[in-house]
Amino acid sequence: MRNAVLTLLFALVVALCPRAVRAGELEQALDDLGSDDFGRVAAAVVSIAGSGHPRALPVLQALEDQKLSFDASGALLIDTGEGFVMAISGEPRAPNGALRAIAANNRVRRALGPAVSRLRLSAPDRAARREAALELFKRPDAATLDVMRRALERESDSEVRDLLSLGIARLELHSEDAERRLAAVTTMRRLVDVSLREDLERLVAARPDGSLVETDRRIRKKAHAALRAIETKTTLINLVANTFYGLSLGSVLLLASLGLGITFGLMRVINMAHGEMLMIGAYTTFVVQNLFLGFAPGALDWYLLAALPAAFLVCGGVGIALERLVVRHLYGRPLETLLATWGISLMLIQTVRLLFGAQNVTVANPSWLSGGFELMPNLVMPYSRLAIVAFTVGVVVLVGLLLYRTSFGLQIRAVTQNRGMAASMGIPAKRVDALTFGLGSGVAGLGGVALSQLGNVGPELGQSYIVDSFMVVVLGGVGDLLGAVLGAMGLGLLNKYVEPMVGAVLGKIIILTLIVLFIQKRPQGLFALRGRAAEV
Amino acid sequence: MKLWKSLLSLSLLALGAGCKGKGADETPAVGSVAAATAEAAPSKGKETGPIKVGILHSLSGTMAISETSLKDVALMTIDAINAKGGLLGRKLEPIVVDPASDWPLFAEKARELIQKEGVAVVFGCWTSVSRKSVLPVFEELNGLLFYPVQYEGEESSYNVFYTGAAPNQQAIPAVEYLMSEAGGGAKRWVLLGTDYVYPRTTNKILRYFLQEHGVAEKDILETYTPFGHSDYQTIVADIKKFAAGTPTAVVSTINGDSNVPFYKELANQGLKASDIPVVAFSVGEEELRGIDTKPLKGHLAAWNYFMSIDTPENKEFIDLWKAYVKEKNLPDGDKRVTNDPMEATYLGIKMWAGAVLQAGTTDVDAVRQAMGSQVVKSPSGFDITMDGKNHHLHKPVYIGEIEESGQFKIVWKTEGPVRAEPWSKYVPDSKEKVADWSFPWVCGNCTKAKYEAF
Repeated sequence: MRNAVLTLLFALVVALCPRAVRAGELEQALDDLGSDDFGRVAAAVVSIAGSGHPRALPVLQALEDQKLSFDASGALLIDTGEGFVMAISGEPRAPNGALRAIAANNRVRRALGPAVSRLRLSAPDRAARREAALELFKRPDAATLDVMRRALERESDSEVRDLLSLGIARLELHSEDAERRLAAVTTMRRLVDVSLREDLERLVAARPDGSLVETDRRIRKKAHAALRAIETKTTLINLVANTFYGLSLGSVLLLASLGLGITFGLMRVINMAHGEMLMIGAYTTFVVQNLFLGFAPGALDWYLLAALPAAFLVCGGVGIALERLVVRHLYGRPLETLLATWGISLMLIQTVRLLFGAQNVTVANPSWLSGGFELMPNLVMPYSRLAIVAFTVGVVVLVGLLLYRTSFGLQIRAVTQNRGMAASMGIPAKRVDALTFGLGSGVAGLGGVALSQLGNVGPELGQSYIVDSFMVVVLGGVGDLLGAVLGAMGLGLLNKYVEPMVGAVLGKIIILTLIVLFIQKRPQGLFALRGRAAEV
Repeated sequence: MKLWKSLLSLSLLALGAGCKGKGADETPAVGSVAAATAEAAPSKGKETGPIKVGILHSLSGTMAISETSLKDVALMTIDAINAKGGLLGRKLEPIVVDPASDWPLFAEKARELIQKEGVAVVFGCWTSVSRKSVLPVFEELNGLLFYPVQYEGEESSYNVFYTGAAPNQQAIPAVEYLMSEAGGGAKRWVLLGTDYVYPRTTNKILRYFLQEHGVAEKDILETYTPFGHSDYQTIVADIKKFAAGTPTAVVSTINGDSNVPFYKELANQGLKASDIPVVAFSVGEEELRGIDTKPLKGHLAAWNYFMSIDTPENKEFIDLWKAYVKEKNLPDGDKRVTNDPMEATYLGIKMWAGAVLQAGTTDVDAVRQAMGSQVVKSPSGFDITMDGKNHHLHKPVYIGEIEESGQFKIVWKTEGPVRAEPWSKYVPDSKEKVADWSFPWVCGNCTKAKYEAF
């Protein structure tokens, strides 16, 4: 109780007394914001935050949002979006002459973070307080210890309380008082946070001369317990993270290879132009995006939805044309098909290069696909990855339904299993061939739309996926979509479990070796058709 | 059954072909070189007619993103020289070839340029692996190459003039900046790169440099990815894990279009520049054109030139470029930007032109002697000199932060041009080595002079 009263008194003294004294200082600091020297700007930010002025927070926030500028007469103005107000008084005022925005670089932003957070700890909005507490926890600064303690006393939200306790604990780990250190370590043990591992490791380490940093046995014991808990949690996070990365890579592989699963898996056409269908799908996305930019800039965020059917139709059309003009003359001659489709793939690449140039083109992520949410500390789920996983599931389900629940699907399966028999039952085999090839190409186009959100869109986009696609289909077993699904997910997961251990370069080599060994052992892949069809 | 086995081997074969690039393109090139050898360099020594100038930049493949604009700016500079009547009363005739990001093809195309076309000089290459690939060709045929890109050093050839930065003109100052208080006082370092000679060597130098500044082995994380790598989830997550609790900076030597997925992943995983700054040595204004830069605000690049440098000379350079883009109706029109390697190409061509006029001939040996006394006013506003001893430029160093507009805000710069040190003083093996092509050294890679002084 006495402590609280003292703290309150101290706070009052800090808040009231020096304001008059510091008035000149504040002015100086506001002036310094215009300096070219980022060090001075950063120092000014700190002193504005410490001034206790009621307008300090709006000014610093405006600086963070790049809304703060000097006009020609030297007045500091905030752009509120509807008009300008004086920074310190908050009164509306029209800018006098040209505006000079205050430049913020990393150094200034690093100073702004804790400065703004200190002031925001008493914000009415829970999210703002949470963010502030997190920022103060991430950038420990002994000067904020009292601010955090006071905030903790009046804080009611449990998540913000936890963050504040962690922030305080991190600072008190260096306290002279053993009880406080013990309390800090206890907090850390209670709220296991993986970013504290370093702090704890330093605490339990031995100095170069062999003496211990922390001599108190109770604290050491607690710290070791906290470290073990962190270890367990890290392992869990890694497992979840790697699984998610694997699934997301698997989804990308699956989207890239699902179309091939149809053209090659079902129809046995060695389609080397498959990668180019992905590429055409991605370029269709680019064209749709530009159409939106030109004709409906307001709806730009939704261009992807329009790109999906467009890519499906364009690639499906190219696929049908390809089948009608070239592939159908070569059924049953795999080597000729391979050469012909390879030639076509080179032609398609050159055509795109002529139309769009050899340079990559920019396909922007719509705003609802940018960013991500934090599932666990250090594990962010980017929205674009989540969307691709969901999209893959959707496409696989749709293709599955089409193949196994519709009469068209039945016809496809009938023709691929026994063309002669199917034809004599009255199924228009040639039309089904063309449509199946179109379906496979169209699905590849959908894959292209998804790939355009992750990487580069250039004429050679398809080349980098064709090998992976064949690998997935051959590994999964030809003739079954489920094979492609399992093949892709298996490859994705394996890749992501191996990569953290050996690195990306060696990881790729190991995966290839494993696949070669697997195919030696089981040439038919994971799934094999039984019966007559398998003998074709 | 057999079919699937053969298919797998085929797809592996295709993978092999993919690594090598366009196998199909190589065959005719070999043929034409053989033919050219038979003709025995037709136009060498011929001092009338146009002066042929070779331009050797990838216009397709993974490096096209960076190299295409170097070809354009070279043609622009040559046009400008021709507009003033050319050199020695002769017009310049650019010969443009496309080595398609395929390293062995670079050597073939270089040979073709020198032997078949008889060019007086070649401006070209971006990646170090392409430079290493053409180096023997230039040395064997006594050609002249101007290399316009920052690189890892540890090299000095009699036949090459390096107009890009050596490590002490880019990598070392960038790391020093990030170590300083202004740069965030990084204590831990992630050295991330594409797996080939430039990132490997740069990271070797940086490792020695960091160790000299007291950074422990466990505070350095070195990771590589293959060319064209597109899945950076694990790597970005690793960086976050590694950085927890200690100020950390990432030094990226990722080259080519892998930068796009890398930066996209950085942004999506919420890695902010004020927490973990990423400094890149191969990302400039041109590469940022293909990326949404909003989430990248604050990440850094170190170069010897930025488009945002505010000097009258730079304004003139940008205007010249914009006018050229408009006149030739180049793709993307007014979105085109200038960047460091473009400036280096521009400087290189101007210096070569000066040397040709001084020597009064395009003869390689004479031009090389004249190069050492060239001074050109650069767009950054400095008088840039060519070091006749080590064949490198004296260049100013700038560090910039990415802004939302895709331009760089300059946050640090040197007082003036810095002399290049091709052999790094931080690497024990090369500490003693000297690059000095003047008498009595006459050597790019020696620990003692080749001749005795008289």
